[in-house]
Amino acid sequence: MTDTRTSGLSNVETTVLGADEIILNMGPQHPSTHGVLRVKLKLDGERVVDSECIIGYLHRGVEKIAEHRSYQQFAPYVDRMDYVAAVSNGLGYCEAVEKLLGAEAPPRARVVRTILTELQRIASHLLWLGTHALDIGALTPVFYCFREREEILKIFEKYCGARLTTHAFRIGGLQYETYDGFESDVKRFCEDFTHRIDEYETLLTENRIWVGRTKGVGILSAADAIALGVTGPVLRASGVKWDLRKAMPYAAYADYQFDIPTRPTGDTYDRYIVRMEEMRQSQRICLQAIENIPAGAIMAKVGKVLKPPPGEVYHSIEAPKGELGYYIVSDGTTQAYRVRVRPPSFINLQAFDRMARGSLVADVVAIIGTIDIVLGEVDR
Amino acid sequence: MGHLIPPSILPYVLPVVYGVVIVAVLPLMAGYIVLLERKVMADMQARLGPMRVGPHGLLQPIADAVKLLLKEDIIPEKADKLMFWVAPLVSVTMALLAYSAMPFGPAFQIADLNVGLLFILAVSSLGIYGIVLGGWASNSHYSLLGALRSAAQLVSYETAAGLGLVSALLLAGSLSLKDIVQAQYDQGEWFVFSVPIGFFIYLVGSIAETNRAPFDLPEAESELVAGYMTEYSGFRWSLYFLAEYANMIIVAGIATTLFLGGWLRPFPRFADHLPGTSVEIMDAIPGLVFLGVAAYCFWLAPKQPVKIQKIVMATVGGLCLALAGAMAAALFAPEGVRQGVYGGFWFLVKVMAYLYAFLWIRFTFPRYRFDQLMRLGWRFLIPLALVNLIAVATARVASEEWGWYPRITMILATIFTLAVALWLASRDQKHEPATETAGGD
Repeated sequence: MTDTRTSGLSNVETTVLGADEIILNMGPQHPSTHGVLRVKLKLDGERVVDSECIIGYLHRGVEKIAEHRSYQQFAPYVDRMDYVAAVSNGLGYCEAVEKLLGAEAPPRARVVRTILTELQRIASHLLWLGTHALDIGALTPVFYCFREREEILKIFEKYCGARLTTHAFRIGGLQYETYDGFESDVKRFCEDFTHRIDEYETLLTENRIWVGRTKGVGILSAADAIALGVTGPVLRASGVKWDLRKAMPYAAYADYQFDIPTRPTGDTYDRYIVRMEEMRQSQRICLQAIENIPAGAIMAKVGKVLKPPPGEVYHSIEAPKGELGYYIVSDGTTQAYRVRVRPPSFINLQAFDRMARGSLVADVVAIIGTIDIVLGEVDR
Repeated sequence: MGHLIPPSILPYVLPVVYGVVIVAVLPLMAGYIVLLERKVMADMQARLGPMRVGPHGLLQPIADAVKLLLKEDIIPEKADKLMFWVAPLVSVTMALLAYSAMPFGPAFQIADLNVGLLFILAVSSLGIYGIVLGGWASNSHYSLLGALRSAAQLVSYETAAGLGLVSALLLAGSLSLKDIVQAQYDQGEWFVFSVPIGFFIYLVGSIAETNRAPFDLPEAESELVAGYMTEYSGFRWSLYFLAEYANMIIVAGIATTLFLGGWLRPFPRFADHLPGTSVEIMDAIPGLVFLGVAAYCFWLAPKQPVKIQKIVMATVGGLCLALAGAMAAALFAPEGVRQGVYGGFWFLVKVMAYLYAFLWIRFTFPRYRFDQLMRLGWRFLIPLALVNLIAVATARVASEEWGWYPRITMILATIFTLAVALWLASRDQKHEPATETAGGD
């Protein structure tokens, strides 16, 4: 045992505990750490004095794999990072490689990509809502959310045959033309979704227990959020109006009207409201896009063997969880020299300690839920 | 029967028989309440629930019980073995002991104690020792936190629930559960209508006491894995489980007895007869309900996909038919038997309705946080219960001493208490910045 009190908890044996303090190890097998996150908490009674996230239980070396696959071969791998938003991952990767090649997907492909990505955002947020509510103890919303998510997954399945890890896009555009009835399916879903989301809100938004459990919990100030590099709904709930779809439009976002919801306080309740509103905005984008899908080719001429010129590129998109960036270095061969992913979950998770300190054990699960992490993406 | 048994043991025969019946039937009942819970949950969550084991999952409790009994018995290496072994027994024994004073009907009661209510409350709150000991003996942080939460919660909410009960006792003037039911018959209304706020306080308190959502913090699965039960498995776990469901039935039984008229049927004084018979209209209802269920089962049976399911469904229908027959036969049995059967039926119906409210609440609300739970208990429920008590007592004095019309005084007391409740709630909101800016809250 050492005499100095260590600020981190990286070694339980050498951490000197106060008389009333205990170390609680949450995870990697725990019902509400959303996969294999492990959190070490130093508790004074039920109050969190210190915390540390331990990650890496799901590390698969995705970035290293990229160096040994051709550009097309690597595309399905990115789906396995944020596996609840595979379509968004694919979009980011395909656009990054297109940028490296100097190619651009045709307009029809870009609109279809936009629609599918926004549907994916709704699906991802629905999964977040269900599990977050479940963590806080509301048992029922998760089933309603899965019911709606199922509709989206059915659209994906009809479009490309897969539901979860879709590999929906190709470098240069799309492989598949939309199926017959795609427009009507999306439209019907969007129209139903309006009152479905109102239904969830009646269960939660004004529920006193829900408000009590989320208001003032896990506050992250705008300054902290920016300093920690937090992006996505977590950042916007802290009052920073930053959304890559508006700031640096990609795909077909420049053509559509939508708002960026923000909230002032940056607590768990605000993040909940922001995500709920984002689902409505996504639905709005889908409805606009589905009205007018341009005709024409779905694939740009990029050739069968991709050999981007030597150079590097960084391209990022607004994934459901935040800024998803790909930094790709090409040495002129068919395989990337280096692919670095900027995963939003990983970086948002850094804010966990800031949010959790001083809160109660019950708040910890609410905070893990509200950051909306997917461990596949954190660990890669 | 009397001439077979020596008169010296005769008074003990019936209680022993009742005791054996309760101990034998209760685990089965708990199992089927679980099935009911899962079915109600499924209904509220747009899915089917258990459908595989037996028709509509009717054999699921049996399968679960067999699974639990056959499981490996695991005792953690660093656990305190004796305490780990004793703790679930304490819980389940205390839960079962409380049944000894519970009147399931005018005849079906093991012992009619003159302090019956106090006895039940005392014994069932001893069950907390099982939880605290189990949490401590497991030598696990989750278990310990769960046990501590449970102890703190029970102390706070037992007070509120107890004060809620006292408001009904003021009207009944007795602690004997039998007399309390009789008082409701004499006064012509269930106490839930006289002291609705007392009932509400007891409802909330009893949910918290039995560790049910939204007060299920001691076993909050998303925070503490399973709270005090984390390290338990197999048979020991099922003992805790049995204790929990037994306690639920106990609190439902207390609520039924004190507030919902116990074994009295609805409209006990409405004694019109079915034309041409000596059967009262209200007494025909139970038999008809069973008959309806039986008919429904027989109608469903041929539609079951598997032969065994057809058979089981038909058996269930047959059982219901037999029950309907028994209810009908009881109508013409001696007065004591008839009252016993019908009293038991209505008592169980009310208990089930109360439990349904538990389930409904569980699937609707998120879970409270520990500090919020304590604040709700100490800052809202207990002051409200005290005010309610004073108001009801004043109303009683007004009607007994000053001769005011009793119903009017009770309504005035309720309105006064409601106003206090609103004031307490708004004061709480001011003190709690968290809910201040909640839209429309």
